[in-house]
Amino acid sequence: MQRVMAGALFRPLTPQWGMQKRWTDGSLMKSVASEFIKPNDRLTSFERLEIYNRQYWFRVLDCLYDDYPGLRTIVGERKFMKLARAYLTRYQSDSYTLRDLGNRLEQFLREEPDWSAPREDLALDMARFEWAQVVAFDGPSKPPVTQDDILDTPPSKLKLGLQPYLSLLELDFAVDDFLIAVKKRESDVLRGEASNAKDAAPKTRGRHKRVRFPKREKVYLAVHRHDNVLYYKRLEEEEYAILKLLDRGVAVDDACIEAVTASSRATVDWPAQIKQWFESWSTLGWFCHRS
Amino acid sequence: MPANAFNGYTEYGIGIGLRVPHYRHILAKKPVVDWFEIISENFMVDGGRPLEVLDTILEQYRVVQHGVAIYFGSADKFDREHLKRLKRLVKYTKTPWLSDHLCWGSVDGRYTHDLLPMPYTFSVARHTAKKIKEASDFLEVPICVENVSSYAEYHASEMTEWEFLSEVVEQADCGILLDVNNIYVSSQNHSFNPYDYLNHIPHHRVGQIHIAGHSKFEKYILDTHDHPVLDPVWKMYAHAIKQVGNTATLLEWDDRIPSFDEVHNEALKANKFRDQQLVAAAR
Repeated sequence: MQRVMAGALFRPLTPQWGMQKRWTDGSLMKSVASEFIKPNDRLTSFERLEIYNRQYWFRVLDCLYDDYPGLRTIVGERKFMKLARAYLTRYQSDSYTLRDLGNRLEQFLREEPDWSAPREDLALDMARFEWAQVVAFDGPSKPPVTQDDILDTPPSKLKLGLQPYLSLLELDFAVDDFLIAVKKRESDVLRGEASNAKDAAPKTRGRHKRVRFPKREKVYLAVHRHDNVLYYKRLEEEEYAILKLLDRGVAVDDACIEAVTASSRATVDWPAQIKQWFESWSTLGWFCHRS
Repeated sequence: MPANAFNGYTEYGIGIGLRVPHYRHILAKKPVVDWFEIISENFMVDGGRPLEVLDTILEQYRVVQHGVAIYFGSADKFDREHLKRLKRLVKYTKTPWLSDHLCWGSVDGRYTHDLLPMPYTFSVARHTAKKIKEASDFLEVPICVENVSSYAEYHASEMTEWEFLSEVVEQADCGILLDVNNIYVSSQNHSFNPYDYLNHIPHHRVGQIHIAGHSKFEKYILDTHDHPVLDPVWKMYAHAIKQVGNTATLLEWDDRIPSFDEVHNEALKANKFRDQQLVAAAR
């Protein structure tokens, strides 16, 4: 019974936000519902089951709507709801917490790029960025490495871990600036709506100024938290490369040499630059012991 | 009766749910609140702001954990990782009791994130009671199960909801989190007398009470937690308090959440009924 009922709940709603009239085998849904749900004097079995079907979809769609404002803006409100519906139809929640609802969205967008066309790459960057914020918000942290911890280890042998809440992203678009603009616009809209309490008519999105989509450009980003506040930090290409190599278990010396060797920038005082980066990363508490 | 084995022999008063829109107010103003109920799953995280807030709250307030995802009624076995995280939080908050719902909500590892009603059968009662006992043994904390509001009934049911609740809690030897609003909502949706429900449960097992607002639609009522408590629910609360004594009571307000003061003042209305009960008991 639980499998049938859950199966009914997980089935997408019709475009009119109702329960589908037919079951997976083509039989009438009202017959399926009446097999296990009692009608009452006001509602049929179908209508009673439909309440739960609608509640399920309203809840999970609301959750993705709130968690992915950037992706929603990129694909458009209406298409986002279709995308979310397709995603949740393929990947039902596998976690007790709604926090994890978007944990396979990046994978889905790679598998089904049509849902985000014609801005597939931008949408993918944004989905990765928005998921990284979920991780940075309440992901695990480890005790940071102190200078004393590593005093006796030469850089050629020193291997450092990175905090689990830190995400390093190589992106093709400046989605950080874009998301800030989107959030600002949404808060402006909310303020406008709140101050216009007598206007009960539905708002039309077209009246609000659109945020310009970012142009293609290489961006390296660290999404992290400091004192439990979420931050995005732009990184230099070499900075990103060193951190990725450290994360992979490469020793400090080797990571720096590999990143600098691959760099196209010739006029940089690398020792000074790398020293400054390490000081900054240490101050932010990004290093921890490798597990 | 209010202090009993199912609420860790505590005498808590009127509490409210700890909700994000009130964080700033609570942390800055430190209002006097008898206790806060936290949603366990919101704090079963590994770090960051939620735990920082919880630390600060625990320094000054009494906290009770209320869960939404154990799913005692699911046919699935427990998610062990979920229980382990929950136990860590129980140790951390030192919650005197822990509550979750008498419902199911997951199947084959997939989650509906809803509180779905169960068929009221003896075999389902046995299965559910077994899982409650298993959870209680593992978590090492008294458990109170909450009656959910429902919009559907099953042909398979062999008894009323209150008979089912009684059967489960007696078999599991656990407490009841009596949600008065949920009883009212279900009574309207399924056409039963809510006072029959209140009169026929094991009163000595009630460890906590919930009150909340709901929304009326043309053909059914939804448990929306986005309104003040309605009069019929206050009347039922007064009746419940007469039967179970001055039990720890919590107002749930989870959507369209107004200011902290408005929520707290609404919760404190419960004191009127508790005072009446004290006067009546003294006579």
